[in-house]
Amino acid sequence: MLGARLTGRNPVAQDVNSSPGAPEVRSQFAPRRRRAFIERGIHGVLFICAAVSILTTAGIIFTLLGETLAFFQDVPIVDFLTGTRWTPLFVSQSFGVLPLVNGTLVVALVAIVVAVPIGLMSAIFLSEYAPARVRAAIKPVLEVLAGIPTVVYGYFALLFVTPILRDIFPQTQVFNVLSAGIVMGFMILPMMASISEDALRVVPRTLREGAFALGATRFQVTVRVVVPAALSGILAAIILSVSRAIGETMIVSIAAGQQPKVGFDLLSSMETMTAYIVQVSLGDTPQDTIEYRTLFAVGTLLFLMTFVMNILSDWIVRRYREVYE
Amino acid sequence: MRQETGTRWRPRIRQRKAIGRGFAALTIVSTLLGIAMLVALLVDVFGDGAAQVDGHFLTSYPSRFPEDAGLRSALLGTLWLLVLTAVIAFPLGVGAAIYLEEYAPDTWLTRFIQLNIANLAGVPSVVYGLLGLGLFVRWFALGRSLIAGAMTMALLILPLIIVASREAIRAVPDGQREASYALGATKWQTVFRTVLPAAGGGILTGTILALARAIGETAPLITIGALTYIAFDPSGPMDLFTVLPIQIFNWVSLPQEGFSELAAGGIVILLIVLLLANSIALFVRFRLQRRFD
Repeated sequence: MLGARLTGRNPVAQDVNSSPGAPEVRSQFAPRRRRAFIERGIHGVLFICAAVSILTTAGIIFTLLGETLAFFQDVPIVDFLTGTRWTPLFVSQSFGVLPLVNGTLVVALVAIVVAVPIGLMSAIFLSEYAPARVRAAIKPVLEVLAGIPTVVYGYFALLFVTPILRDIFPQTQVFNVLSAGIVMGFMILPMMASISEDALRVVPRTLREGAFALGATRFQVTVRVVVPAALSGILAAIILSVSRAIGETMIVSIAAGQQPKVGFDLLSSMETMTAYIVQVSLGDTPQDTIEYRTLFAVGTLLFLMTFVMNILSDWIVRRYREVYE
Repeated sequence: MRQETGTRWRPRIRQRKAIGRGFAALTIVSTLLGIAMLVALLVDVFGDGAAQVDGHFLTSYPSRFPEDAGLRSALLGTLWLLVLTAVIAFPLGVGAAIYLEEYAPDTWLTRFIQLNIANLAGVPSVVYGLLGLGLFVRWFALGRSLIAGAMTMALLILPLIIVASREAIRAVPDGQREASYALGATKWQTVFRTVLPAAGGGILTGTILALARAIGETAPLITIGALTYIAFDPSGPMDLFTVLPIQIFNWVSLPQEGFSELAAGGIVILLIVLLLANSIALFVRFRLQRRFD
């Protein structure tokens, strides 16, 4: 039967209308040829559904690339990638993307500093320490955290976390990187925790038991046996978290401000690549202007950065997966 | 635990146990931190916004006077977008899942499609917005319409629907298919009358969860140019529109007194809508999912 599934043919069904033993019986089934025709048509339609994903990727690449290439006709690519002034909306236009990249990476760094340790420790708790019932209660809570819309996190960053930061550090600006980064860290925390936990849980029990038998405490088993064995999965989770942080849009649009600048002052406002895209989209930028094309140039860079990281994380999982049998 | 020859191994049991307890406490604190953040967020939002929610808030158009403003157009826009997105994404996603699970031969093309779907799931949502802007809004000349937004959203959630549907279809045991073939059914009859009904619960659950994700998405719709101020009811797929998250974003960005409370009120409504969607998904999972044990 597996063979029939693979070839798409069904020997039993085909015999219904052509059975030599009963030639005069008028079959109430549709004629065989019509059925085969329908079957082929359906096969084609389903293939087209699956092919939409390829068309989507092609669409992304062509839309981004088309406008980006047009952009590079006016702005040399070297100026774009190495310039440190980003003022496309000012009278004296300048198209150095580095301030946006700087802002993006600084926010992502803050988010990672929050999400990785807390996420990893939560994963260790859920996988190594928590009794099954506690785990079953906590996992849905983390899922809720992951399901909250990013615009809500943005509100929380601007109107809850930032005022607290301003109480502690009075020089904090209303729009600042630290608040956006911290809240973004909690947004990606569930993903970090859940992927790491999966990696920890596939480490076979015999490894743990071996270490226990040697007299190790649970802490030693966790830190010296389980975590090293799951390192590739944890690394992949970290890279995916960075990728998510770089692509996150609404938190930074709401809470991090719109000042493209190079620097590392966490208490000041910076603009990320995604926040810039939102900023321009909110204005009514006419098509075929250089301002319109900056959207796609920045978008291409963003797409490439996240794409490389997603591929890298996938590759690490494949390349360094420890296989236990 | 490395020891050099000649040195005596000291078990240091009390010290090791103390470190172990400290570490265990740290893992618990970390886990509680995430939960505490969620509680703080909910308390903050509901504290600021619950008082806003009343009949007037739900049925009024946005206004520059915070006491008059409501989210009628945003709520209707979200509803329209939801239905249109579902109509586009559901058949495409389920079709793709059926193809990959039941039909696809093991060729490079199939593997390429699968790799491609996995990669699409990792593309930032704002990039989908740029795709929608370049392709649907400009090239197809659909403008900043509901249908352009729905097509963009459909592409965004398609990978989620495909992955969930594939899992549901894969969970249907081969015996079910074999029984259907044995009765003389063709491949499509088997898929449509045996596999799909058996996988229906999982497929519907996955689709509803994917749509819930679409309800909360803001960035792609801002990028394709959905407006922040709409003072009429959308009445067709070609109409301009706004949605709940965009309305919230708009209110958060206004510095004037009174609008941040409106934003909080909008968030309360948005979270209630999401809670509803997730409850429906849970309900469907329990009612429709068949178990083959």
